[in-house]
Amino acid sequence: MKILVPIKRVPDPQTNISVKADGTGIVTDNVKFVINPFCEIALEEALRIKEQQGGAEVVLVSIGQKVTQEQLRTGLAMGADRAILVLSDDELDAATTAALLAKLVDQEKPELVLAGKQAIDDDANQTGQILAAMLDWPQATFASKVEFSGDKKDVTVTREVDGGLETVAFTLPGVITTDLRLNEPRYASLPGIMKARKKELKEIPLAELGVDPKPRVKTHKLSPPPKRAAGRKVETVQELVNLLHTEAKLI
Amino acid sequence: MAKVLVYIEHAHGKLLKSSLVAVSAGLAASKKNGGDVAALVLGAGVDAIASEVAGYGVKQVLSVDDARLKDYVADVYAKAVAVVAKAQGATTVVAAATAQGKDFLPRAAQLLDAGMASDVTAFNEDGTITRPTYAGNVLATVTVEAPVSVVSVRTTAYEPAQKAGAAAGVEKVALPPEVTSKMRFVSFAETKSDRPALGDASIVVSGGRGLKSGENFTTYLEPLVDVLGAAMGASRAAVDAGFVPNDLQVGQTGKVVAPQLYIAVGISGAIQHLAGMKDSKVIVAVNKDPDAPIYSVADYGLVADLFKAVPEMTDEVQKLKAS
Repeated sequence: MKILVPIKRVPDPQTNISVKADGTGIVTDNVKFVINPFCEIALEEALRIKEQQGGAEVVLVSIGQKVTQEQLRTGLAMGADRAILVLSDDELDAATTAALLAKLVDQEKPELVLAGKQAIDDDANQTGQILAAMLDWPQATFASKVEFSGDKKDVTVTREVDGGLETVAFTLPGVITTDLRLNEPRYASLPGIMKARKKELKEIPLAELGVDPKPRVKTHKLSPPPKRAAGRKVETVQELVNLLHTEAKLI
Repeated sequence: MAKVLVYIEHAHGKLLKSSLVAVSAGLAASKKNGGDVAALVLGAGVDAIASEVAGYGVKQVLSVDDARLKDYVADVYAKAVAVVAKAQGATTVVAAATAQGKDFLPRAAQLLDAGMASDVTAFNEDGTITRPTYAGNVLATVTVEAPVSVVSVRTTAYEPAQKAGAAAGVEKVALPPEVTSKMRFVSFAETKSDRPALGDASIVVSGGRGLKSGENFTTYLEPLVDVLGAAMGASRAAVDAGFVPNDLQVGQTGKVVAPQLYIAVGISGAIQHLAGMKDSKVIVAVNKDPDAPIYSVADYGLVADLFKAVPEMTDEVQKLKAS
């Protein structure tokens, strides 16, 4: 089985995000960048599938600036087999990203695309679904459990939905996107890091894939959310419960 | 003519409140951009839902009643929405950003060659759309640069639509034979809990590392949660320490919630946690550290030992409810 795992370079979720004064982007000085946490879970799942099934190949893909090599090397150190970086200086919307991934699916012919459910920067939660639509493949988003049939042709996915867990099944190829509970990603080991240096990391200029990077959704401005008005300290539990009852009228 | 199509989600034969939020958003979109609002109901045996939603201020209800829509699966639902949107000449398609909306809507958007804005919180006067990014730490102002806009609406962004005037007519729409699925619905296991779900609870009580153990969540926090009829949440620190399961996590990598009342107990207020709850209407923090960052977003802060304060709070609320 060949598994394609798209990953995105995003600011560390522990970082304090602030918007540039002119609203054109976020301040990136001294910001550490990491693999998007949901993408990391997707990679971990792909590695586990490979370990369970033997013979699977895990191909990482990212789209971004050259510096995205860092995250791809980390993914290779975790155990991915090789990596592809589509070079682009522009922020791309989900539809463009999906179109580029669809081109790579045509080239690589994976049985499975395993992606994060959303990137924690733009929070769109669209790319996997759009990709599935473009390919006319079945999809299972928000996966918390992934199980293959004995012949590896079918997959059953448990999904985290409102109010419970839903299970869907389909015959491969398909797209699965991961939720938090699917697994706990591993750390790259020292031998893994050594090995990663020798693994293939292929760079493709965006223009070579023949996708028009014209966005369908255009971001005009970023701004900080309105600040909450300063609250007040209360001295006792009685006072607190009283205020919630009489002032906030919530209890 | 421009038309706004609002997807109506329902479960167990009931119209969801989030669908009425979507109706409100659809009405707001039509006010800005023009066009009538039509509600779209999909399923098998959905006459009751269709006539119910007809009373909420929409111009028309479109109902697709078909055995292929009995169980929700993303590919068929996306196709059905796209088929109807095309036939109706809809220029805007709206659904609530629930698990289901998030699942099929981007797929439907692609079938319509539309641009999609996710988790939208406002349709602005100037025709732009506001949506939170970076888990609410940044607001993005966007426009859709495609003939058709698809929008998922954050379920806390608008008040649910109210019953209004005469009921709209219900029109049945047939699903073409080529709408088929490559997916199979297997089962749905409802989470067995008497507590409301984190995502739609009006009160959320969350515990952090200050609780010190999973047993303390049960002993101290749960009685308060239950007396308030609240949902229980937790900080990532509490989840990472193994006190409670991951599905309770509120934060940037967990669930983003915006209840009427959020009570943070023993939570210091790491950035990634604040990102998940700071849109709550009223925030209460109980922490023994007076300098904890959680107080920067709290409307009411109580500096106290939670092991004393929380049982006391449970008692006080109980007294209040009994009186």
